Amino acid sequence: MTTARTKPLSTSHSAPQAQRAPLLGILHSRRLWLGMLGWSVALLIFFPIFWMVLTGFKTEAEAIAEPSLIFSPTLESYDAVQNRAGYAKFALNSVVVAFGSTLLALLIAIPAAYAMAFLPTRRTKGTLLWMLSTKMLPPVGVLVPIYLLFRDVGLLDTRTGLVIVYTLMNLPIVVWMLYTFFKDMPKDILEAGRMDGAGTLQEVLYLLLPLTLPGIASTGLLSVILSWNEAFWSLNLTSSQAAPLTAYIASFSSPEGLFWAKLSAASTMAIAPILVFGWLTQKQMVRGLTFGAVK
Amino acid sequence: MPPSRPFTVTDMNKTRTSGRTVGGLRSLSLQAPAVSLLLLWMLIPLGMTLWFSFQRYNLLMPGMTGFAGLENYEYLFTDPALWSAMGTTLLMVGWVLAITVVGGTLLAVLFQQEFMGQGIARVLAISPFFVMPTVSALVWKNMMMHPANGVLSWVAELFGLPAVDWFSSLPLTSIIIIVAWQWLPFALLILLTALQSLDEDQVEAARMDGAGPIAIFFFITLPHLKRAISVVIMIEMIFLLTIFAEIFVTTSGGPGLATTNLAYLIYIRALLDFDVGMASAGGVIAIILANIVAIFLVRMVARNLES
Repeated sequence: MTTARTKPLSTSHSAPQAQRAPLLGILHSRRLWLGMLGWSVALLIFFPIFWMVLTGFKTEAEAIAEPSLIFSPTLESYDAVQNRAGYAKFALNSVVVAFGSTLLALLIAIPAAYAMAFLPTRRTKGTLLWMLSTKMLPPVGVLVPIYLLFRDVGLLDTRTGLVIVYTLMNLPIVVWMLYTFFKDMPKDILEAGRMDGAGTLQEVLYLLLPLTLPGIASTGLLSVILSWNEAFWSLNLTSSQAAPLTAYIASFSSPEGLFWAKLSAASTMAIAPILVFGWLTQKQMVRGLTFGAVK
Repeated sequence: MPPSRPFTVTDMNKTRTSGRTVGGLRSLSLQAPAVSLLLLWMLIPLGMTLWFSFQRYNLLMPGMTGFAGLENYEYLFTDPALWSAMGTTLLMVGWVLAITVVGGTLLAVLFQQEFMGQGIARVLAISPFFVMPTVSALVWKNMMMHPANGVLSWVAELFGLPAVDWFSSLPLTSIIIIVAWQWLPFALLILLTALQSLDEDQVEAARMDGAGPIAIFFFITLPHLKRAISVVIMIEMIFLLTIFAEIFVTTSGGPGLATTNLAYLIYIRALLDFDVGMASAGGVIAIILANIVAIFLVRMVARNLES
């Protein structure tokens, strides 16, 4: 609240010596209070994740006992999840589906975004907005037809089926995000390349892609995150064979499957890589999530 | 597309040099895979949902098929479950929006300030957004909200308060808390980004004129965030209208219909009752609701695209 005043203080290096000391004192205490407030809020929000990680290192008995920070950490839940529950199979499904759909989406989206950014026609804006609007279609509205179609062509409970759904689910976001990154690229460089006789393919492969690699990478990461965490289609379209981690974790919800330490160990492994991806791309992600409406 | 519409091509020729028209064709062919796939992805299921919604089609009764007219809609609209589900959906969306938008704005202002380790604190605060919904729901249900051994009941006991059996006595509130915990970081992330483009000089000038921090918040910060806030509201609405996994792994829509929202009701009708016709009619309603929100969002993005 009172912090709005900290800025001029910190920049007023030219203040007279006599005034400086008390002002700095106030500044420091304000920062201290702010820091304490900021950190308490952050830790409070993060607490359930922290608690889950901690519980993963407890025994089942300790996990359901009175909450406690003091225990001797054990890896037995991790062992149990990996060796007996077949965690690897579900993790592999998640990896294949998330990365497969992301690669496919990038492959389809890069030419489209290139065309929209560098060869715009009068329809480009309309196409972009229409793509955005397909994202607004609630999945539950098309659950029945997709389920029946998948049943009829044998795509139920297959990784291919999920890859198809996730590719199409993320395609609008991927096109949009790539479009905003391509648009930010100086056109002169591509122009110069064309002067030197580069064809479209060479232009894309040797100029555009290397220069916009950070943007493409964060687009890909966002797509991986969204596919990895997707739980509507994975719960409805898979059962035992192609179930990714979201569906596997859901199997802990049955009363006979209630093992908190194992649930925690499995959950920690399931979210750890995505949490790191999220931390890495948080800034660029805003573009993709808001379709460039907030930068 | 251009050959079948010579009008547009000649139209384009007027304003562009002939070389650009070739570019237009190339542009279209490069976009073709993405556009046609999305078109199929949209039209086929949409058409089928619409078609099924007028059909008598139950997978358990294969003999009874045929045109049903508005029968499915009639059943749906006279079914008390629909109205209960609509109310639940509204409560979920409304409460989560209120919590995340107000909380997100305040947190964004807080995390915008400079303090020790603010970068790390920020990262911790946005983390829940990256946790898969089945994990967050189960962690909250078991380790946080368990009536006997959950952290919340332990905290309540510490203060001498009675423990709350969250999911039996306050099922909807429990789900709202979980979903709000997931989406608060989203609002924070977007609003924090928007705050970074706030003109410091303007704030400075207001301060010189004697504006206090509260006045600055209401007259400068909040107006600056107006657009970002509406983007957050619309995007969240679209996703919150169809919350599913959180309900699926915690309450399965119960007790009774207490936590059955529109998405979950459609799921029950479709994959548990196998009533394709009725579920499709529900799907059509969900699509219409989402589109009402979507129109505003698309308009806003379009305006942004112009500038």
